[in-house]
Amino acid sequence: MKPVLSVRSVLGLFLALLLVAPLVMPPFYVTLLNYIGLYALVALGLVLLTGVGGLTSFGQAAFVGLGAYTTAVLTTATDLPAWLAWAGGSPWLALGVGLVFTATVAFVLGSLTLRLSGHYLPLGTIAWGISLYFLFGTLETLGGHTGLTGIPPIAIFGFELTDGSQIFYLIWAFLLLAVFTTQNLLDSREGRAIRALKGGMVMAEAMGVDTARSRMVIFVIAALHACASGWLYAHLQRFVNPTPFGLHIGIEYLFMAVVGGAGQVWGALLGAGVITIAKQWLQDLLPRIFGQSGNFEVIFFGLMMIVILQRAREGLWPLFARLVPVKATKRTLDAAAAPLPRKPLPARGDVILEAKEVTRKFGGLVANNAMSLTVKAGEILALIGPNGAGKSTMFNQISGVDTPTSGEVLFLGRPVAGRGSRAIARMGMSRTFQHVKLLPTMSVLENVAIGAHMRGDKGVFPAAWRMDRAEEARLLNEAARQIERVGLAEHMFDAAGSLALGQQRILEIARALAADPCLLLLDEPAAGLRFKEKQALAELLRKLRGEGMGILLVEHDMDFVMGLVDRVVVMEFGQKIAEGLPEEVQQNPAVLEAYLGGVE
Amino acid sequence: MDFQIALLLAQDGITNGAIYALLALALVLVFAVTRVIFIPQGEFVAYGALTLVMIQAGTVPATLWLLLGAGVLAAAVDARGALASGQKGRLAGVLAWNVGYPVVLAALLYLLPLATLALPLQVLLALLVVVPMGPLMYRLIYQPVAAAPVLILLIISVAVHVGMVGLGLLFFGAEGSRTPPFSEARFELGPMMVNGQTIWVIAASIVLIVALYQFFGRSIYGKALRATAMNRNGARLMGISPALAGRLTFLLAALIGALSGVLIAPITTIYYDTGFLIGLKGFVAAIVGGLASYPIAAAGAVLVGLLEAFSSFWASAYKEVIVFTLIIPVLLWRSFTSHHVEEEE
Repeated sequence: MKPVLSVRSVLGLFLALLLVAPLVMPPFYVTLLNYIGLYALVALGLVLLTGVGGLTSFGQAAFVGLGAYTTAVLTTATDLPAWLAWAGGSPWLALGVGLVFTATVAFVLGSLTLRLSGHYLPLGTIAWGISLYFLFGTLETLGGHTGLTGIPPIAIFGFELTDGSQIFYLIWAFLLLAVFTTQNLLDSREGRAIRALKGGMVMAEAMGVDTARSRMVIFVIAALHACASGWLYAHLQRFVNPTPFGLHIGIEYLFMAVVGGAGQVWGALLGAGVITIAKQWLQDLLPRIFGQSGNFEVIFFGLMMIVILQRAREGLWPLFARLVPVKATKRTLDAAAAPLPRKPLPARGDVILEAKEVTRKFGGLVANNAMSLTVKAGEILALIGPNGAGKSTMFNQISGVDTPTSGEVLFLGRPVAGRGSRAIARMGMSRTFQHVKLLPTMSVLENVAIGAHMRGDKGVFPAAWRMDRAEEARLLNEAARQIERVGLAEHMFDAAGSLALGQQRILEIARALAADPCLLLLDEPAAGLRFKEKQALAELLRKLRGEGMGILLVEHDMDFVMGLVDRVVVMEFGQKIAEGLPEEVQQNPAVLEAYLGGVE
Repeated sequence: MDFQIALLLAQDGITNGAIYALLALALVLVFAVTRVIFIPQGEFVAYGALTLVMIQAGTVPATLWLLLGAGVLAAAVDARGALASGQKGRLAGVLAWNVGYPVVLAALLYLLPLATLALPLQVLLALLVVVPMGPLMYRLIYQPVAAAPVLILLIISVAVHVGMVGLGLLFFGAEGSRTPPFSEARFELGPMMVNGQTIWVIAASIVLIVALYQFFGRSIYGKALRATAMNRNGARLMGISPALAGRLTFLLAALIGALSGVLIAPITTIYYDTGFLIGLKGFVAAIVGGLASYPIAAAGAVLVGLLEAFSSFWASAYKEVIVFTLIIPVLLWRSFTSHHVEEEE
């Protein structure tokens, strides 16, 4: 099928259908749509968290409960403590309190688990989901297992939403707003950092992205969506009890996100729809088949999840999207955007990097033994040596991906060993990786724009509400400029994963340059390049050197190295065996022995 | 609280702690070898206990049908694989293990007078039904996605848990059950009375832990599993099949789970969904050990058991809340001792 419909027309049709739905549909279906909207709002948070960020939470139902119970207590209690009395009686104030409260809880929970490997968060949320559920059920002030009743309806400018078909519009307005802001967020500086969390954390840190913060951001956003859903739920139902906030519902929310397509914003809606309708239908059908009552639909959901994760990990959205042929919107660059300011480069000839006696041991293996080297501004230093000599390890010590066992690394005169790659990147050191680290499904432009992350400062909120466009245009322009500079302009909008390996390496150089560094660390940049491409790369590096940049490169291609670099350091078995001008090193007997083997 | 009660609670706590320790060991093992966070561990506890209940009631346990179904599926998958790779010789073995075994077991269960068998035989039959579900589960559910990220495996685990709880309700009904104790004996130990069943639980746990220790330290299969846990690719290059390691691990996990269920069935009423909470407490213990250390996990398990017992005395309504909140200081401590940003697998 040829894509014929524009995004705008499909969206418009969808909105029109939503608008008339409560007017023409029987109440049962309006109620169903209300629940789908509420669930989709929670699932949307999980799409961001799980599908995009590679984290997950089984405790979203508990956040829904926080939102619901906060508003239930605040709008029904007659004897609020004095410090909270101002928030009593009004659903809208209760929403505000609920969001602040939820954000606080999510922040605390996140601080506990987000610095650990990814599976601690879901385990933590299971424990938290269960604890909060028991707490709802036991606390007297929350009504125990019977819950709280008499919750007032939400009023908008004095108009009370008492009926399901009235609150319908509010629920879907919340959902559409959440979809809109999430989409905006993902297409921004912060969004690129978030999208790098899945499979690109080491790279993102090396580009100055605070990945712990990005993880926290999406966890809190997901919790806030859940809280808003709970608030709406409480005022739709007009009573709350603990049942819908238990762990099994938290698991169901995750199923919705995964079934719909965990990486897709609209997948949340699809997943919520499919699961809600299937549940309705199965709860009717299965007890009749099995001849006993019970929640047998979970057997079906469990199986469905397993099959989906085995066979179609992207969920149902891609299948669904194929049915509706929507034209992809083409990205454009704003050529008029002002270029980003640049940091002043150090004076040519100044020592910018100095490694002193750096030693790194892995157990009994000494990967780097008392390695020293210096790089000056406006100079290219090559670090060469046979395979396994410890060159990449040395790179990791310098760039802060790893911490030396002993020794010192000075960058721009300041000690940086053990400071972490993010801090070092901020000071003006940028690197590429021996095993290319890029985000294969993102475009070349977006990949390179991650490099410019540190040169912008617009955060989550401006991104969600499109108040970051001026800065975004400048960042993308800078990325485009670097892409043109390294000669990948024709691939600007292609997926990075579709490039040949050599081109991916070049992409990494563009990304490093987008960070506006004064020192560039290149790990085997010429590997996989054709002769012409190598010449072009050498030309680019000479030009950068001419501009005063310091470059440290690890390389195997001797022709490439010897014609290009100013000085060479040779490593073998973790130690420096020679240092000097290319011609000197080529004559050095120790180097010849290391490369060619000794004469017996 | 007087000393007497304290002793009673301690006894309770240690008994439960011993079970949590077994489960924690299984969880650490499964995670180390296969990277699967094995949420359905607890379901094996419930399946083991309730299968025994059905056998003791003289009915053919409904879990048999699950075993049979999974066996037929696994046979189909493996037979297709064998035919596709031209190894017709493997077909007989595939069928015998996956279909022959459950059929023979079904015949036994139909022919034997289940209700009047001696207790050890009943327990053996229950284990024979439930334990093979472990390797079958690995074969059908995890093996096709063995290389998936930890997160995907975790979500699959949760799906398996949810499905097994639903099936448990179908098999066993919503009523809870207990089994008669292994021994009615009571011992006077200083100032306290010790139940025979308590001794059974603790002794069996210790025996099982020692047996596992020997298995991992001495047998070639145990060493193969340890090698896989340490370095999956390295082990594979040395000829250790990751699929075999996975199935063996799941066999052990299912055995530990089902046996734990059989052991505690006389002490606690087991419902179809009881296993989850029990398994989660094993998780709390495993997290104390960082999902990596066996001895710390076992110590954590005893701590969880004691905490649970004493909080059920002081604040019984908040028992679960207190136990699950225990992981907060543990996570906090772990969080402060980890530094570098690493890629998720």
